[in-house]
Order: sequence, then C-alpha cells, then structure tokens
Amino acid sequence: MESRSDTASFELRGVGQVRAGRTVLQDVDVTIPRHLITVLVGPSGGGKTSLLRLLNRLDDPVQGDILFDGRPIVDYAVTDLRRQVALVFQTPVMFPGTVSDNLAVAAELAAGDDGRFDQQASEVMLLAELDPSLLERPGGELSVGQKQRVNLARALMTSPQVLLLDEPTSALDPETARALMKTIGSLSEVRRLTIIVATHRISETKEYAHHALVLRDGRVVESGDSERVLSGLPDPHATSP
Amino acid sequence: MQTLNILEQPLLDLTWVDLTVAVGLVLIAIGVSGWHRTGLARSFAVGALRTVVQLTLVGYLLVYIFAIDRWYLVVSALFLMLAIASKAAVDRQDSKPAGLFGITGAALLLGSGLTLIYVSVMVVHVDPWYNPRYLIPLFGMILGNAMNAAALAADRLKGEMETRRDEIEAYLALGATSVRAAREPVRRALRASMIPTVNSLMVVGIVSLPGMMTGQIIAGSDPLVAIRYQIVVMFMLGSAVALSAVIVVLGYRRTFFTVAEQLRAKDS
Repeated sequence: MESRSDTASFELRGVGQVRAGRTVLQDVDVTIPRHLITVLVGPSGGGKTSLLRLLNRLDDPVQGDILFDGRPIVDYAVTDLRRQVALVFQTPVMFPGTVSDNLAVAAELAAGDDGRFDQQASEVMLLAELDPSLLERPGGELSVGQKQRVNLARALMTSPQVLLLDEPTSALDPETARALMKTIGSLSEVRRLTIIVATHRISETKEYAHHALVLRDGRVVESGDSERVLSGLPDPHATSP
Repeated sequence: MQTLNILEQPLLDLTWVDLTVAVGLVLIAIGVSGWHRTGLARSFAVGALRTVVQLTLVGYLLVYIFAIDRWYLVVSALFLMLAIASKAAVDRQDSKPAGLFGITGAALLLGSGLTLIYVSVMVVHVDPWYNPRYLIPLFGMILGNAMNAAALAADRLKGEMETRRDEIEAYLALGATSVRAAREPVRRALRASMIPTVNSLMVVGIVSLPGMMTGQIIAGSDPLVAIRYQIVVMFMLGSAVALSAVIVVLGYRRTFFTVAEQLRAKDS
C-alpha cells in the first residue's frame, strides 16, 4: 500500500462510518500531518467525535482504511495503538480515587510499575499546568476545568505520539478554555506530539492550529493549512448547535 | 423401601382442607397488592396457583423417582432442574441477549454441579452415589440459590456496564484490556449477587430458621443432626453462589466487547 508516512501521522482512505443506524462519516479521504496541531471543525453532529473514535479504534469504520504511521491501524495490537494514540473525551471521566490514582492507572497500563511513577506524574502535572498539590485530592472534588486537565495529564502518562482531544474546552468558560488551548499549543512544541482537536469554537484554536479539516454532515468539505481554511470559515457557521 | 416408610408416617398430616384454609394467607398478600396498585395482585394469584400445581407434581415425581431408584432417572431429573433454573434466571433479565442462556446454563452446571459432587461425595457420603433422597433435595437448594445469584449477577453487570460506559471507554482509550476496563462492573455484580448469601450466613439461626432444618425437625429428626445438615447446606450455598456468579459474570462480560476490545453499541 503506498503511503505518505514520512510526513503523515494518519491517512484515511474512503472511510465511512455508521452509528446507531445513522451515517456519520462518508468518503473521508484525508491526511493528518505528524507533529502538528490539526483542528477538526464543523457543526455538532458533523462527525468530529466519530472520526476521533476511529483513530483510537474505539470503533472500526464500516468502510475504508485508516493508516497510522503508514501501517493499517488494524495491524497494531489494539492496546498498543491506544497507548500511542491517546484520546481525551469531551466530558472528563475520573477514575475512582485521587488524581494520583488516576495517573497510576495510566502508568500501570503503559509500562507496569517501572519505579519512575513519581517523576512521570510530576512531569505530566507540569505539562498539563496542574498544581502538584492536587495529586492527593480525590478526583471527584475537582472543578470541570481541573478534571479536563487531569484527563489530559493521564493521557500523557502513556507517552503517546498522538493526542486526540474531543471538544476539550466545551465545558469551560472562555478564559479557562483559552488557557487550556495554550497548554495544548505548548504540548505540541515541547513533546512534538501530533495533536488533533475537535472543536466548534474556532476562535480559540486559530492561534495554535497548523492544519484544519472542516467536517459537515459526515464529509470533509475542506482541509489544509489552518490559516487559509479557518479564515474562509465564518464562525457562526461552525458554532451552530 | 425406607423412603416410602417415611412418607407413610406423617406426624401431623396436612389435608387438602388445611391447604384451602392456607389460601387465606395468599389472599392477604393479594389484598395488600391490589390496595396499593402495585400491579402484583395478579402475579401473586398466578404464583400461588403455580406453587400448588408445581409442588404437587414434583411431589408425585419424587415419589416415583424414589420408588424406581435408577441412577439415570435421578441424573435426568437433575438436568431437568438445571435447564428450568437456567431459563428462569434468564427470563428475569430485562433484555435477553443471545448466548446468555448458554452462559447461565454453564454457570449453574459448573457452580451447582461441582458443589453437589463435593457435598455428596466428600461430606455426606451419599450411598449409593445417586441416592435421590439426598441428591434431589440438596441439588434443589443449591440450584435455587445459584439461580438467584446468577440472575442478580447478570442483571447488575448489565446495569453497571450501561451506567459506566464512559468510564469503561476511558479505560479502553488508555490502552486497557476489556478485562481491566470492566473490573469495577464485575466487582459490583459479584458483590450484589453474593451479599444475600453472606447476610444469610450472618443471621441464620438468629433471625431466620432455614426451611430444611425446620422441616427435618418437624418430621422428627434429632435437632442436632438437622443442624449439622443445615451447616453443610449453608456452606454449600456459599460455594454454589460464588461459582455460579463468577462464571456468569465473566462469561457475560465478554459479550459486551468486540474482539478488538471495543465496547459494543447499546443497541446491538
């Protein structure tokens, strides 16, 4: 299979998906560049979440192929793939216990206990811009913004190459949302991560995005350099409910 | 034959007239149900009728099996009981996915079967090995409890898997296996199915007097022998419940995931 794996993180070829009897993605042919931030924009129900779920293999498409680093996604052991391609959900999910317990789950999945947990934990707390004193706090007591950052930190514990973020700012006030996007922007630089952010709040992402895809009714209607794609996109058209 | 001698020597016989008087007790239950519109009045009536019919038939069947005294009849009876219990456990579920009957049947077969073999061979030393006077009542008690546990476990597992979808997918998305992702639902389903048995171990003899023991005592057995039997029964229920619940839960858990460790959609 010919691929552009030298620069592409993901390549989707003729991908179609059906969920709950509804076609949510159709004929999706796109390339997602490596080490850059790609934003997925478009109205709710346009297929953004469905696309992210395919990349983490929480679902498999009904049609088409997905390549990751030039290899079909189905050729990877699924648990290995998911550690390399972390997904952070729109609504943060806290596991039982403290923030530290949450990070420990991911550490255990990534490598088992290699004795570096404390160091790794403080590293990802720093990257997610969380106060290390939160480590011993029960997850349930945090604000939504903090939970979202803990989810981000937890995803980073498996040392992924790709970070998929589904509407990470949707539950946050504008100021917190901007701060989180800034964190995400610096993550891409510091860790050279490939980051794919689904969002309907274009203004927040413009500053950090390199690449953009517009999804509407399950089809990619535009893709390319984010400045070009996003500037031609009136905000209201993407922010409709 | 010894068993028939026992049946022929009732201490205080219960006549059909006495049973008719006992129907008054069911009428009380039906009255309460109808009064508060619980929707159970009809079920109570049907249940009472089924109790009479089923137990009477079983009574005659037991007399027949005891009298014929053949191992294959006893074994057939045990399998029939197993099949009925499996169906009853599955029927109690709100949704009955394909495969649950097989999983439940396997769980009850292993959980109850192994427990029965252990008790009859190693504890009670039943002789001959198929002696229906022991095997059938023991299996009935084992199966009744195992069936409840299996039904509770399956129902709870499904509920937990549904309410914890987001959490399970969050585990999967991090690279957890389905076994790891479903650990909490499994734990909760097992707890829910085993708690009634633990509770009954705690209060037996204080709050509750078990039916088998009281039955033996009323029928004239030495209370100390009856109690020793009851202790064995309580222990065997623990094993039957735990084994059946764990087999149902582990078997059923697999059906919620695809081979690619994906949580199946709710509607499939």
